[in-house]
Amino acid sequence: MDKQGFFGNWGGAYIPEVLHQTFQELNAEFTRCKNDPAFWQEYVDLMSTYSCRPTPLTHAENLSRHFGGAQIYIKREDLNHTGAHKANNVMGQGLLVKRMGKKRVIAETGAGQHGMATATMAAKFGLACTIYMGEEDVRRQRPNVFWMEKMGATVVPVTNGSRTLKDAINEAFRDWVTNVDETHYVFGTVCGPHPFPEMVAWFQSIIGLEAAEQIMKYHGKMPARIFACVGGGSNAMGIFKRFIPESNVELVGVEAGGHGIATGLHAARLSGTDASPGVAQGYKTMFLQDEDGQMKETHSVAAGLDYVGVSPILSDLWEKGRVRFESATDTEVMAALDLTMKKEGIIPALESSHAFVQAFKEAPQLTPEDAIIINMSGRGDKDIFTIAHAFNDPSWKEFIIKRGLEYSQEK
Amino acid sequence: MQLEQQLRDRLEKKDILLMTHIVLGYPSFEVNREVIRQMVENGVDCIEMQIPFSEPMADGPVIVRANQEALKNGTKVADCLAFAAEMTASHDIPFLFMTYYNIIFKYGEKTFFEKAKECGIKGCIVPDLPPEEGETFLQLAAEYEIAPILIFAPTSTDARMRVLATHGRGFIYCVARRGVTGVKSVIGEEVLEYLGRCRKATSLPLAVGFGIQARDDVRALIGKADMAVIGSQTIRLVDEKGAGAVGPFIAGLR
Repeated sequence: MDKQGFFGNWGGAYIPEVLHQTFQELNAEFTRCKNDPAFWQEYVDLMSTYSCRPTPLTHAENLSRHFGGAQIYIKREDLNHTGAHKANNVMGQGLLVKRMGKKRVIAETGAGQHGMATATMAAKFGLACTIYMGEEDVRRQRPNVFWMEKMGATVVPVTNGSRTLKDAINEAFRDWVTNVDETHYVFGTVCGPHPFPEMVAWFQSIIGLEAAEQIMKYHGKMPARIFACVGGGSNAMGIFKRFIPESNVELVGVEAGGHGIATGLHAARLSGTDASPGVAQGYKTMFLQDEDGQMKETHSVAAGLDYVGVSPILSDLWEKGRVRFESATDTEVMAALDLTMKKEGIIPALESSHAFVQAFKEAPQLTPEDAIIINMSGRGDKDIFTIAHAFNDPSWKEFIIKRGLEYSQEK
Repeated sequence: MQLEQQLRDRLEKKDILLMTHIVLGYPSFEVNREVIRQMVENGVDCIEMQIPFSEPMADGPVIVRANQEALKNGTKVADCLAFAAEMTASHDIPFLFMTYYNIIFKYGEKTFFEKAKECGIKGCIVPDLPPEEGETFLQLAAEYEIAPILIFAPTSTDARMRVLATHGRGFIYCVARRGVTGVKSVIGEEVLEYLGRCRKATSLPLAVGFGIQARDDVRALIGKADMAVIGSQTIRLVDEKGAGAVGPFIAGLR
């Protein structure tokens, strides 16, 4: 990292003056934590007692045989508490909040996994909690909304703009500038103003640290390639970080191809040619924007990847050629999800399924002596409504109709 | 003439100045034109014209909506620049641009300043560009003699205010409280103490915005600040009663 939180040409802290002082304090506290080995140990202990760290690395033998190329390993972030890698960052920031003495946390959420994790952390640490979620995502991810509210969080549907993740981020910032003294904004991904990209990558790096040890144990050497889906980029940075110095390990980020890059309905920032450099939401990166600098609408079947920007750290690694970027369409994602369930009895989230798509395309090019790792960032059962809808599943539809009828008769 | 001097000349004749805010293209350039005419005729001293942005992070609901609607109406940056040139040619008060950094960055910083200068713009307010990230912006502002308006907040320490003051030109925009634009606050002890700190940190004129709605709000600032900022209130007024209501409202403030 270069001065002032820049990674090459990307990053920075483009924040309103009212937040300047609180960022000074946050930077100071984060620096103290980073330099304190006891803090990292406290974090690892918390994650191994409250969550399921280390998460397993599963050898997907059936899928490996099916494709007849590389040995496919799956890093099981779905087995974290709340069902996704999001808990890693949130519990880490929770420890930071305790040290800073703040009493309230706020967060944005797209797929709902970050909101869920934040609501969980707030309940455990006794903090007040407000979650901002685009109205469109509230509709897509109703079960997560239910659980957040049950854990005592207030969920605010955001009706501005495109009503998705970026709008939830804007609204969370508006709350923060108003209630800055008592409130910490638990930023959910490796984006936003410095120090968030660095901080979230640091907490998430636990994924790659474990995966490196596990693959050496099971496979005896480093993997040939690692695949991770990229929305903001936190699960990707989490697994990539440890492997960046390993020059023989190819790192592949998979973005949301939506209906296909050519249709314009996608969220491909680094894998397509539609994005350009910009500054928004507190940081400089590649944004999907028009010629005037207005952000565009994005599309993905996976709410967690439906975002206009991308981590400044990943923009830097892309520019330097260290991470290769690809995209997967909604249709390809459903096929990969289906195959993974049938072959391995594992249900990846729609977001994570993007990484599976690209891994399946490339596994046959490699030999059985090679290993690849897919970072399964979260579990798919949270997406039951979306997935059942996309599969057009008749028995599920019948169930919903019957249940709806029961509820309407109760009125 | 540069912005600070223009304001000082006006302060010779008035005990407090008025600055107003409009969102370009909302509800239309036609209405913008009429609202500005009424503002100027009724004694407004300075107008900040916001170039709409899709992610107005520091703004409250009224201005957020206006930004969104302006963009939905198809407002382009080029239209805003052309309109600005027309306004500065028609009215003898300083006009400023207010916008978020991405609009300027994407346009090309140098080209933007060139164009703004050509349009007769006197200053620029960019709420998401702290001086630490604005090195080239500040250089270009000096080169093109367009005042970079820096912002003080109640959370700014005295030391921080002094740093900001060294980079600011024209005047300092003092945000009266934590939070987004458009929420009314009362001028109490705390605000007065804050304005005292602002005064000590800089010799530049001080502008204060806090949801001004009436004459008493403006009077309360006399002697404490040099310019009262009316932001969301005129947008609300135009929404509810039309452009014609702006003139009488402004006339009633002083």
